[in-house]
Amino acid sequence: MQVRAVNISKRYVGIAALDDVSLTVRPGELVALLGPSGSGKTTLLRTIAGLEHPDSGTVYFNDRDLSDSRIQDRGVGFVFQHYALFKHMRVMDNIAFGLRARSKDKPKESEIKRRVLELLDLVQLSGLERRFPAQLSGGQRQRVALARALAIEPSVLLLDEPFGALDARVRKDLRRWLREIHDRTGHTTLFVTHDQEEALELADRVVVMNKGKIEQSATPDEIYDTPATPFVFSFIGESSVIPVQVGNGRATLDERLLDLDIGNLPDGPAQLYLRPEDVVMVTDGGPGIPGLVVSTRRIGGMRRVTIECGLARHRIEFDAPAEIPINNSQRLTIRVIGGRVYGAGAEGYETEKLAASATSDFKWAKAEGWLDR
Amino acid sequence: MSEAAATRQQRKVRQAIGEGPATRFVLLTIALAFLGLMLVAPLLVVFVEAFGRGLGVYFQALALPDTMAALQLTLLVAAIAVPANLVFGVAAAWLIAKFDFKGKSFLLTLIDLPFAVSPVVSGLIFVLLFGANSTLGPWLEDNNIKILYAVPGIVIATIFITFPFIARELIPLMEQQGSSEEEAAVSLGASGWRTFFQVTLPNVKWGLLYGVLLCNARAMGEFGAVSVVSGHIRGVTNTLPLHIEILYNDNKAAAAFAVASLLAMLALVTLAVKTLLEARFAGEIAAQRRH
Repeated sequence: MQVRAVNISKRYVGIAALDDVSLTVRPGELVALLGPSGSGKTTLLRTIAGLEHPDSGTVYFNDRDLSDSRIQDRGVGFVFQHYALFKHMRVMDNIAFGLRARSKDKPKESEIKRRVLELLDLVQLSGLERRFPAQLSGGQRQRVALARALAIEPSVLLLDEPFGALDARVRKDLRRWLREIHDRTGHTTLFVTHDQEEALELADRVVVMNKGKIEQSATPDEIYDTPATPFVFSFIGESSVIPVQVGNGRATLDERLLDLDIGNLPDGPAQLYLRPEDVVMVTDGGPGIPGLVVSTRRIGGMRRVTIECGLARHRIEFDAPAEIPINNSQRLTIRVIGGRVYGAGAEGYETEKLAASATSDFKWAKAEGWLDR
Repeated sequence: MSEAAATRQQRKVRQAIGEGPATRFVLLTIALAFLGLMLVAPLLVVFVEAFGRGLGVYFQALALPDTMAALQLTLLVAAIAVPANLVFGVAAAWLIAKFDFKGKSFLLTLIDLPFAVSPVVSGLIFVLLFGANSTLGPWLEDNNIKILYAVPGIVIATIFITFPFIARELIPLMEQQGSSEEEAAVSLGASGWRTFFQVTLPNVKWGLLYGVLLCNARAMGEFGAVSVVSGHIRGVTNTLPLHIEILYNDNKAAAAFAVASLLAMLALVTLAVKTLLEARFAGEIAAQRRH
């Protein structure tokens, strides 16, 4: 089933939750809606499900216009962040709920039982059919919720932050497991997440949203390697931002030429976005940008170094091999070997003040701030 | 760790979360004394006075036709008022907890009105509304509909007074539970009614039961508002509380206490039923809270 949302707009008390958003999900595709809180991703998902009504715009399943279709008739399997299992029903009754609620073609009770056991087997919870939700762990509950959604043989599977309430380890297991289920059942699937790692690992295609608009829709590789906007760059992975000057088709930092492809940006001020792996330490005395080490911390097999560079002391983070000792206040030379330059006016282009401390923690505070605005 | 050390540590832990034995003793004494004086003693007095002159006098007082009529009327009023408020209360709570609309806080305030207004004033409202001098009065009289000083007036006043109990019990519960289970149900294809009866209602059944019991206790015990609208016609519009007052004013203290004990017993049975149900389904209630 192909899902199409066309020109969807939705406002809450004057704030645009969705601003003329269009999205197509191909049959059998697994798509992630990724964005910070308040970006509109959940509103879009709920609109597709029929739980919200858009102010304007239309949702199509294949060529069927769903404008006047009740949620009961859409045949969507919806999975909620906090499971939303029926607490007073046993696992088997939870899963059978959708089959028993059918007004026509209601299967026989023996057939329902067979389906329930089959689904329990699929979600690897055989033997727990007589438990109540309160007697299950979080991960088990979410698997019951998925089995319940799959029981109605949905045309589309929609998941709203399905792993958001689970601890990190269970989340990783369930992620892999959801991918397997998807590959086996082939449902057109759309899930919402604010966790970029989850989106990149799980999805065929990632749709990055911000402030009610889609910033970029592409494969995980493209999203990471060629972010379309500064927002996507800083939302996906770690990033540092420094202001540069563009002139004559080249980018310069404090009049030092940077070896970067800048496309066809107009002359003037621009910003260079860097991932930790876009910067290397110069150890052979070659040319580079001098800087002063501000702090170091150990991340896995690498050492994450923060240095201040240039006249305006912009902070850049990069990874150095752990075996090289680096101390605070030490002078270093670095070379920029990657990164992207965005001109002023690009979505998410940061003011200088913000750019000076665009660490990953700060990014979150910033994302939350957008919600309040 | 030695046993003495273990005990010392245990004592330390206990002190960290509580007060010393002296403070605990004082607090406990105050609480128990207050309970004894304000709750247990009056209840005991009722039963002591009621049975003071022997079982014979007691049952004689209860068997009087006026008393039996008052008991029947009280049960009838409760039997109408409680189901009515069950429907209104559930509907109001559902509306307020699960939907957003303009005037929601106004409606919430309105639901509290019967609690805020003195019962006597509530009764007077209905006298002004249905009385002979009201706009409705002549029309009611022409059509031979008796509301004031008759059973309908008592029922209406009781419904008004007891309206908040069920709604107030359900609103916080439903708000806390949110709407996602209902959303799950409709996304699975369930109709609105099915969702309500199979998902919403089972989730609030304990709060609902508690609300019904409180509502019932108040419906049987309401005095002020009913007193204004009833007209005190013996054997016809006297409920148990009104009947007790009349007996007491007639210097029939023993009979008054006998009837009072009946009312007190109805209340005690109500509370006992609640406690029993809670004990019987403790596991289920806890499971629902934990989730």
